[in-house]
Amino acid sequence: MSFGGRLSVVLGLFVIVVGFAVWGVVGFLLPTTPTVDFTSAQPAGSAVDLTVQTVPSIGFGPHPTWVSYLVKDPSGQWQHATIWKVPAHTRINLTILQYDSGSPLRNQQWGKVQGTTGNVEILNGKVVAVYDSNSGNGVGHTFSIPTLGISVPLVGISSSATNTCSVAPCTTTFDHNVIRASFVTPGPGQYPWQCFVPCGLGFLFGNGGPMGTLGYMGGFLDVAS
Amino acid sequence: MSPDEPTTHEADSSAAGPMVTQGNTHGKEPSHLWRMVAIWAVLAVILDPLFYIFVGPHVPPGTMTSTAEENQFDFNVLFLVALPVMLAIWVYMAYSLITWRASRKGVAEPVGGAAAKASLGVQVGWIVTTTVLVLGAFVFGTVELIVNNGSGGGEGPNPVWTPTSATILPVQVIGQQWKFTYRYPTFGGFESSQLIVPVDTTIAFHVTSLDVIHSFWAYQLSIKADANPQQDNVAYTTTKELGSFTVRCSELCGLWHGAMYNYGSVVPKAQFMAWAKSTEVKNAANTKLLPPFAYTYVPDANGADGGYYPDNVDPYSNAEVYGATPGKSK
Repeated sequence: MSFGGRLSVVLGLFVIVVGFAVWGVVGFLLPTTPTVDFTSAQPAGSAVDLTVQTVPSIGFGPHPTWVSYLVKDPSGQWQHATIWKVPAHTRINLTILQYDSGSPLRNQQWGKVQGTTGNVEILNGKVVAVYDSNSGNGVGHTFSIPTLGISVPLVGISSSATNTCSVAPCTTTFDHNVIRASFVTPGPGQYPWQCFVPCGLGFLFGNGGPMGTLGYMGGFLDVAS
Repeated sequence: MSPDEPTTHEADSSAAGPMVTQGNTHGKEPSHLWRMVAIWAVLAVILDPLFYIFVGPHVPPGTMTSTAEENQFDFNVLFLVALPVMLAIWVYMAYSLITWRASRKGVAEPVGGAAAKASLGVQVGWIVTTTVLVLGAFVFGTVELIVNNGSGGGEGPNPVWTPTSATILPVQVIGQQWKFTYRYPTFGGFESSQLIVPVDTTIAFHVTSLDVIHSFWAYQLSIKADANPQQDNVAYTTTKELGSFTVRCSELCGLWHGAMYNYGSVVPKAQFMAWAKSTEVKNAANTKLLPPFAYTYVPDANGADGGYYPDNVDPYSNAEVYGATPGKSK
């Protein structure tokens, strides 16, 4: 083979290898969940309304049985996305529609509301500072930003509820709890948020699957300047 | 040239004889070995003290606690021993590159012949020296581990080397995906996301986990202990200086392992007492819902256990949820 031919083969193989590497990085390592931008949803300095829902099964995609968060974008559409871009030093009014059932917490410490305004949440209109996960419906999930010291327990719906939602996005016609809380964002940065309930059923310690995959029970609060 | 015919280098080398001790074409060869030893000795004598005086005080993990101080001292001692060894290698390399470089005229190529023979003295000297250094490091490290109550490492549930302090503050470290929380049994067993400890106090960290293996690494405190489920891993230190410190999980534990960190503080005793008592009161409503303080917990029966722990008990029984079955009683 001529020198030009050999060079072409080498370059071709090089391009293929690099292509696979780039595809691997983009396809598997980088987050695939889209970012929902709330930074221009309201006038600068105004509070941001962040509405999310937790569903017992997403009902679509590669893992239809996985539990998941969804977020309502500024246009009012539900998005399966867990990276939320919000402005810095801004009050976030959080509304969580909880469609999943609950159980006792592995650590009751997460039954205590932490880091929100007044260290309380509003559960179906009632102020709650501590929720006993060993009684009532238990806690289904938490919305927690550990690096900011924020944690909000999401009380589950009754385990005997019959009008339950199984395919996201769920509408408020299904049984659900409404949890409201607010907090103020810090300076710019990416702050991971997660659920402290090991709700990845069928996985070791319950923290695999949706708990260990970006886009389901964890994401980032992308705080922009 | 035929294959049997010596190369120019071989011929030169054979003519020159043993490289270090015999002369070359210009006359008697100086004693390269003693030259190298002299250069090495001068550098070692100068650099070792310089390191100890100027760098030593800044070597991690600092001096915030007794274990930090001791480990800093250990690192410095090891470096003071290692530096001359490193210098010996560098001096030999540099000397060889300069003295026997190819471009130097009139120097025989040290290839083959008598010049390539090993020196028994050098070999024995190297083996004896390195053996002494390694054994010395082993003895030194073992002694330091014993006299310093484990040097801040986890000693397991039944520590062999315990501090003699009359009052020891126990602090429980609970690892869980993906956050450390802390319980203070002497203050009603409240649990907090904050790690605050008083200065001039011996602390016993009881490290455990509610799920997978984590590792509690309080960097500036020089404490590092694995957090294993259903294990009480105890590590000791005595706080010496005020300030903040970083806690990180140092065992890869899942998606948010990289975000599993927090900052703690060493504060004056009065400030600690005020914080602990106020937090005890503030957290009372939640503390009474927590399981009784125990050194280990069996985090089963929580309704979302992933199938790892047996789930054949009442999921709403407080006695079966986190903290239900103390692994030991003290």
